[in-house]
Amino acid sequence: MNLILKVWRQKDARDKGRLETYEARNISEHMSFLEMLDVVNEQLVGEGVDPIHFDHDCREGICGTCSLVINGSPHGHQKATTTCQLHMRHFKDGETIYIEPFRAKAFPVIKDLVVDRSAFDRIMQAGGFVSVNTGGVPDANAIPIPKEDADKAMDAAACIGCGACVAACKNASAMLFVGAKVSQFAHLPQGKVEREKRARAMVSQMDSEGFGNCTNYYECEAVCPKEIKVEVIAKMNREYFRAATTKI
Amino acid sequence: MSTLSTLKQPASLPAHLTQTSVGKKILTAVTGFIAFGFVFGHMVGNLQVLIGQDQYNTYAETLQGLGALLWVIRGFLLLAFGIHIWLGIQLKLENWAARPVAYKNETTQQASLASRTMIWTGLIVVSFVIYHLLHFTVRTTNPEYADLTDSLGRVDVHSMVVLGFSSYLISAFYLLSVGLLCYHLSHGVASMFQSLGLNSPKWQKRLDVLAWLAAIVLFAGYAAVPVAVMLKLVSLPGGGI
Repeated sequence: MNLILKVWRQKDARDKGRLETYEARNISEHMSFLEMLDVVNEQLVGEGVDPIHFDHDCREGICGTCSLVINGSPHGHQKATTTCQLHMRHFKDGETIYIEPFRAKAFPVIKDLVVDRSAFDRIMQAGGFVSVNTGGVPDANAIPIPKEDADKAMDAAACIGCGACVAACKNASAMLFVGAKVSQFAHLPQGKVEREKRARAMVSQMDSEGFGNCTNYYECEAVCPKEIKVEVIAKMNREYFRAATTKI
Repeated sequence: MSTLSTLKQPASLPAHLTQTSVGKKILTAVTGFIAFGFVFGHMVGNLQVLIGQDQYNTYAETLQGLGALLWVIRGFLLLAFGIHIWLGIQLKLENWAARPVAYKNETTQQASLASRTMIWTGLIVVSFVIYHLLHFTVRTTNPEYADLTDSLGRVDVHSMVVLGFSSYLISAFYLLSVGLLCYHLSHGVASMFQSLGLNSPKWQKRLDVLAWLAAIVLFAGYAAVPVAVMLKLVSLPGGGI
């Protein structure tokens, strides 16, 4: 299949950037979206043009490195799919495809389609962990956890931290991400010990990074490749209120 | 928890509610809930116009008879509305700043039009409320309303409402504003529960339906008064307008 690509090109963080048009020729429908870009890049290198820069790593849909806003939707319009797992058979021959970087003040563009998502790392460093003192490993069944709680924690922990929620949110809010991280711990006894400190620290860090506020559009939920539900945001709101009314 | 974060965190509950993104959401929901309570109560009060002049004037006199308490209630409502509006504007400005470069090809996945126009429907309703107060409460626009009295010598708010809504322009502006208010609430009511953390996948659909039901009931209740006046189902005691 042949496609027309409108790709965001930006030399560096200071460059204004613009959409450039490229042709992708003889693309197999079995290719992933990133493989299609690899083919285009081969062609560009052959022509002496700087290849299109984009983030990628595992290409198995589990690492959260790939990004891209494809035709206005982070990771493309295919539900519950990362860009690396998006196949070209979902596009039509001759189609024009817009490819833009994740847009947020907190995710500045480094080059072309590559954005700096280290704001997420700093939120995790602020409270996205359980403090562990070294010592003997307890028996697996020493702390009973109800199945429902374990399920909710696992659902939240499915978040791969790709940032599609921020890219989709019309306010560039990071609350689905932070909600998932706060929830995955808040449902488990190990995480409950530090729940108040965690909610405060992670929300403070999120605010300081310049993300927008949640106004309950639920765009994040619609694009999340791991189908994280907005109930994690409701959970975070409860956790935060609890933290705000508790003396630490 | 040994955190790498050295950020200063709010020290009191009011600070948490006014300085953090999550706190501001919670405060917006709480003040929105108070405003919703007023909107509902005001509708029930208004509908007494349809019962008749005596009923409505008695109701108005009872409210005025509250004296100091009336001013406490007014102050409380003004504070709640003020905080709601202030936070709404502040959050919107922050949200615009959070995405300095727009997408060339932007799409919407599932956000309702009501949710995306909250600031505009809200601000139009505010401008209407200011006019509405000048019209019926302070009577700056129509000082002659103050001279209306009924047969018992009470202030005749019933006739004031009938005269007010006899103007097609005023009735049309009223219907438009109330319509926008209800549209605002079709998102706001469901959003309120989510912001307070009272939501789950099971309840999300139900809350959306509840919000729309509330919006429709309120619109019907508010629209009934001007529509009844325009259809002459409610008229001045002498029958003439």
